Amino acid sequence: MMSLSPQLAIVLALALPLVGGAGILLSGRRPNLREGVTLVSALALLAVVATLVPQVLAGERPQVTLFELLPGLEIRFVVEPLGMLFATVAAFLWPVNSLYSIGYMRGNNEQHQTRFYFFFAVAIAAAMGIAFAGNLVTLFVFYEVLTLSTYPLVTHKGSEQAMGAGRTYLGILIATSIGLLLPAIIWTWHLTGSGDFTPGGIIGDSLEGPLLVLLLLMFMFGIGKAAIMPVHRWLPAAMVAPTPVSALLHAVAVVKAGVFSVLKIVVYVFGLDTLRGAPGVELLLYAAGFTVVAASVVALRQDNLKRRLAYSTIGQLSYVVLGAAILAPLSVVGAALHVAVHALGKITLFFAAGAIYTASKKTEISQLDGIGWRMPWTMGAFAIGALSMIGVPPAAGFLSKWYITMGAIQAGEWLALGVIVISTLLNAAYFLPILYQAFFKAEQGGGKDHGEAPLPAVVALCFTALLTLVVFLFPGVPFELASHLGAEAQP
Amino acid sequence: MLNHLPILQVVIPLLAAPACMLLDRARLAWLFATAAGLATFAISCLLLYQVQHSGPISYALGGWEAPWGIEYRIDLLSAYVLLVVSGIGALVLVAANTGVSREIPEAKQPLFYVTYLLCLAGLLGIVATGDIFNVFVFLEISSLATYALIAQGKNRRALWAAYQYLIVGTIGATFILIGIGFLYSLTGTLNMVDLAARLPAIAGSHTAYTAFAFIVVGVCLKLALFPLHLWLPNAYTYAPSIVTAFLAATATKVAVYLLIRLQFSVFGEGFAESALPLDAIFLVLGLVGVFVASLVAIQQPNIKRLFAYSSVAQIGYMIVGMGVGTHTGLQATLLHLFNHALMKGALFLALAAVAYRLGSSDIKAFRGLGRAMPLTMAAIVIGGLSLIGVPLTVGFVSKWYLVLATIQAGLWPVAVLILLGSLLAVVYVWRVVEVAYFQQRPAGLAVVKEAPLALLVPTWLLVIGNLYFGVQAGFTADLAGSAAAALIGGAP
Repeated sequence: MMSLSPQLAIVLALALPLVGGAGILLSGRRPNLREGVTLVSALALLAVVATLVPQVLAGERPQVTLFELLPGLEIRFVVEPLGMLFATVAAFLWPVNSLYSIGYMRGNNEQHQTRFYFFFAVAIAAAMGIAFAGNLVTLFVFYEVLTLSTYPLVTHKGSEQAMGAGRTYLGILIATSIGLLLPAIIWTWHLTGSGDFTPGGIIGDSLEGPLLVLLLLMFMFGIGKAAIMPVHRWLPAAMVAPTPVSALLHAVAVVKAGVFSVLKIVVYVFGLDTLRGAPGVELLLYAAGFTVVAASVVALRQDNLKRRLAYSTIGQLSYVVLGAAILAPLSVVGAALHVAVHALGKITLFFAAGAIYTASKKTEISQLDGIGWRMPWTMGAFAIGALSMIGVPPAAGFLSKWYITMGAIQAGEWLALGVIVISTLLNAAYFLPILYQAFFKAEQGGGKDHGEAPLPAVVALCFTALLTLVVFLFPGVPFELASHLGAEAQP
Repeated sequence: MLNHLPILQVVIPLLAAPACMLLDRARLAWLFATAAGLATFAISCLLLYQVQHSGPISYALGGWEAPWGIEYRIDLLSAYVLLVVSGIGALVLVAANTGVSREIPEAKQPLFYVTYLLCLAGLLGIVATGDIFNVFVFLEISSLATYALIAQGKNRRALWAAYQYLIVGTIGATFILIGIGFLYSLTGTLNMVDLAARLPAIAGSHTAYTAFAFIVVGVCLKLALFPLHLWLPNAYTYAPSIVTAFLAATATKVAVYLLIRLQFSVFGEGFAESALPLDAIFLVLGLVGVFVASLVAIQQPNIKRLFAYSSVAQIGYMIVGMGVGTHTGLQATLLHLFNHALMKGALFLALAAVAYRLGSSDIKAFRGLGRAMPLTMAAIVIGGLSLIGVPLTVGFVSKWYLVLATIQAGLWPVAVLILLGSLLAVVYVWRVVEVAYFQQRPAGLAVVKEAPLALLVPTWLLVIGNLYFGVQAGFTADLAGSAAAALIGGAP
């Protein structure tokens, strides 16, 4: 395995999920074989991605050019620390999520499971393409592939409600990407003659003043997947999807693809130095800060568990945007770290929500009284995930918040600091009551008698919860990758 | 033999048409017509190769030298358009036998192939010839054949649609003829190259401007530029499905070619601008066309009609590219000409497959087709994504160049409107997707099977074309770029 050349590893990382997808289609009539194919390709992908990590940490930037889309426009991949981090998170959580999916999809007797696993694999391939994209066009191509491949997953149930949610999902993501992101990319191409991601940025002084900020905002709102308000509506809408979709795609792959792109564009297209001091650049900070607070307030008022998690996700995503908008290397480190640790924490929470639904068919928070004693493992993991969201040690969420806060202090952005403090309080206000209800209130009568969800699901969610703790104690690879990014952001 | 390729390009389908009439059996006529179509396609491939390697070809018909005799002139632009027209023409012919079997009675099918080949010959002739009166002759050949093709639709309203087009088409052709007459009276020549050399000397004359105006309006009628598009939706809706696939992918493209040829090669870049702000007119009409036609498309209950209106919108994009007036703008127009032929060819062939199985293209017929006809519906989805301009399809390539051209020219509002227009395409494409994949086929109706291979294979060849030229756009982009550079004389 170690003899794998990095170029081959990049190509394999893109191809393996697709090959897996083909295998899933072929083995569709035999569920056990089909799930075997999913798990094997997921593990193989993880192994391949893992071979790239030491090289990136050693300072290498492996790259490969697949082909030329248009004259001068290449589909090109370059692995740098941030992309490595995102790819590692996605590749790591795919096998875990697959394990969980098997428990969930079978436990709930969902229809069309072959289609489900197939599009899931395609979405992972798209996430890999985004992570390793070496220029803006490659990023855009896979960004759109991710949108389209997740549409059948969001509308999986095929009901009226799912169709309506699918409209919102596709409408917002396509409208922002074609209406804002694409012209921003073409504009950048027109200005610089390139769209290559370069440490320190490529815009330089080709654009100044308000136009620079206009381009920045076109990028930031064009990346609808980052869910900065007001382009966030697709995220709660997407919650009609089966929970494993919400877990991997709407806590990890899709939304993280969004904030990953935000961070990547700020650091590698604009460059912190170019943006710092540009008149009006605070607008991004305001937008992110507003989203953090507003989403938390909305989350507070949701009774549906998945919707509350969805709004929590919107708020947490804007932490990453906030970290980028502070324009300090330390906050960029924190933002990158947040991509990883939020993924671990939020996937645990979604897993738990799905496990609760599978075991008890309960979806509302008000129904959860006393459920902690029926499902101790699930709710224990939920507690760890919630602590990570709030940012309390010993959960990993503390680390990223620490660095973003440090960056805010370093840059003297007191507004950002205020946002972090308020939102931490709000996070506590909407997560702790759930734990209180689950463990300290007596169960209402008349409910279904149930225990834990199917074993694969419980194993998966305990595993991610455990990791949330482990990453706090041994931040290792994620932290090193994030600090490499910090170094590149400030050459 | 190879020297005669320019004329063979036109003569083969032209002579094959009456020969088809002699073959009394439908199947024989089909085989013969398909062979002729494939031969035409092979010739246009060879022509393109020749032009790419040894420059424009001039062919003197009957050995009479230009400007006295009729000249056939193949340069990069005409070779490129010939390739599109003959390629789609041949591919649709391959699908035609199955495609028309439920829409045209067997006894009349040989006649169908006769008119089809005549139409093909006319369209190819317009592109191949270098003589402006010859253009008119071929325009009439293709138009008359088109009226006959449309009138063969099963629905009796096809007759009315054909009649409507006949009136409008005749007005257009007459306008063009008047323009040609004026030019002849001014210059005493009909040869395009000769005309281009003589026109600058008399550029200030009112007659020249009048000729130009007549010709532009006439051609715009043929290419269905908004608001001269009213004949198109009926014609596309009521024509036999196979005919729609052929016309949508070729006829309007040839008219766009003609407009480019006359505006840039014959009259020259500066001519139009000295008389009237043609660029601005094109920009405005193109954009209004994109929006009005897309909004109307969204409301259509008939899917054939929906995509017909979408065609009007897509023509708007091509005209916008011309209106930008730069090298990149023209390149975008030429690219979209090729790409749109691929999209609409694939979409209308897929609709022909639906019509073959269900005998209808009403939106209600599409309920549950995602399960019943998965491959046909997948073709419609990919074709639709290409219309929207999603990356990895040809639509993205067109949109990239078009938006790049507007940004380079500083036309920001136009860039914004182009992108908003493609969002409207999302709406009308998704209407079909939602009905096909989210609604169940009502119980009690006959079970629908997937379309026969004879229709699926040509459809999917075009779908693969949509993807292939979307991923490897170098071939088309370079070709369109060089052709545009030759027209507009600017460096890329």
